[in-house]
Amino acid sequence: MVNTKINLSGIFIDNPIIPASGTFGYGHEFSNIYDINCLGTFSFKGTTKEERFGNPTPRIAECAEGIINSVGLQNPGVEKVISEELPKLKKCFFKPVIANVSGFSLEEYVYTCQRLSDQEQIGWFEVNISCPNIHGGGMSFGTFPESAFKVTKEVKKVTAKPIYMKLSPNVTDIVSIAKACEDAGADGISMINTSMGMRIDLKTKKPVIANKIGGFSGKAIKPIALQMVYKVYEAVKIPILGIGGISNAEDVLEMMLAGASAVQIGAQNLIDPYVCKNIVEDLPSAMQKYGINSLEDIIGEAH
Amino acid sequence: MKQKIYKVTENTKIAKNTFKMVISGDTSEITKPGQFINIKINNLFLRRPISVCDYDEKNITIIYKVVGKGTGEMSNLKSGDSLDILTGLGNGYDTSKSGANPLLIGGGGGIPPLYNLCKTLISCGKDLQVVLGFNTKEEVFYEKEFKSLGAKVCICTADGSYGEKGFTADIIKNLNYTYFYTCGPMSMFKAIENVAKTSGQYSFEERMGCGFGACMGCSCKTKYGNKRICKEGPVLEREEIIW
Repeated sequence: MVNTKINLSGIFIDNPIIPASGTFGYGHEFSNIYDINCLGTFSFKGTTKEERFGNPTPRIAECAEGIINSVGLQNPGVEKVISEELPKLKKCFFKPVIANVSGFSLEEYVYTCQRLSDQEQIGWFEVNISCPNIHGGGMSFGTFPESAFKVTKEVKKVTAKPIYMKLSPNVTDIVSIAKACEDAGADGISMINTSMGMRIDLKTKKPVIANKIGGFSGKAIKPIALQMVYKVYEAVKIPILGIGGISNAEDVLEMMLAGASAVQIGAQNLIDPYVCKNIVEDLPSAMQKYGINSLEDIIGEAH
Repeated sequence: MKQKIYKVTENTKIAKNTFKMVISGDTSEITKPGQFINIKINNLFLRRPISVCDYDEKNITIIYKVVGKGTGEMSNLKSGDSLDILTGLGNGYDTSKSGANPLLIGGGGGIPPLYNLCKTLISCGKDLQVVLGFNTKEEVFYEKEFKSLGAKVCICTADGSYGEKGFTADIIKNLNYTYFYTCGPMSMFKAIENVAKTSGQYSFEERMGCGFGACMGCSCKTKYGNKRICKEGPVLEREEIIW
């Protein structure tokens, strides 16, 4: 019997398979097609203080082995998440969930985390300082070590739950930003958010996406994510949630070898809704194939 | 929603750039006219959402226009090929609101979902009219099929090469009906909106990520709140649409 259990900041998850925020809603679309309790946990849709529609459409474009989105954090706002989404989730998911939180100002990040903090279903926070699709917020907090430090420090003050800071790859030095988060008291790092990307329609000769530029994700970005996780692992002691292009059990092992304690799966959920369930089922045999008894043993083994 | 494997049993060209494909497999998730399926295409990342033209216990018929890589790939499929499909997507048309004399208005590639809708309404004893618009004669399809369901069918072409000359909105100006259902390009929708005399339902198209409500890629604002075209749509009621 192989061991897939992982200790994520004091909470054990049955396996390291975590659907990524923005590709899994608040769980319902998927709980209708399979029992989502097979997952380690999942990261719910990026939530802000107020309700948001997001960016104009079209906000999806296809690429080779990937997708560009510019959804722009559409969500019902934190009050509705508490009054409607979490009670619905309680009926179909019995494990702690990751609350993904975003904001346009320091005050908003703090407010939303504080508001969600006493919700018993929430095990961890994932603070998104890396959304490429919103102006005047989001990614701008995650592009400088100083502002990343500040957001981390302030949200840590309002909740005792573990805080994972979600980082952008669209920076010159992701290591310095990860270290700033660790120095400010972050419990973990979530990486990477989407890489900025673009498509142009040859017929209209205009960008496909209404916002012109969006966030690129999918299988194509796996090597980018891997090298960033690898570098950050060498620089910080806190756990890393590895995200980027994972679509099967072998990708999970590869990301963990680079230094991830667990992984998130994003774009692949959209085209293959059963992918996370399938990976959970495939993981033990993939581990056996590569002579792995306990997943925790391989975290960062490539170093 | 279900993810199922289907076998292609027919894939034939029926008009200019227009193909009819019949696939066999589990159709149990399709419950209403106007729903769609999302097809995995070799070597392309995103699935391709295509409306259901007709279905029975074992087969789904789709009609699609070749407009890009995905539909181009689809047109090369042969009888016996397998397809990975998410089925039973979208809300579909609400047939309970039709009244005794509904009007169906289709434009080009938007016509297919109206076929099963027509069939369903006729089986409920409705006396209906169908107006189908095309650019030109070579693009005309399914005139005979709609007629054989027992509908009164009017065809129009923009260039006048077949049927009445003009657009669907020109034709429906002079008709009387109790309710309307439509699917087609946005330019046609706007023209219909200007002349329609009753309530009705529009089926919309949008670029989709997942097709089942997870990614929020295809959202739109309505008077009844934000909706996902793939989940709370593609069919919206006239009264809720913000143009």
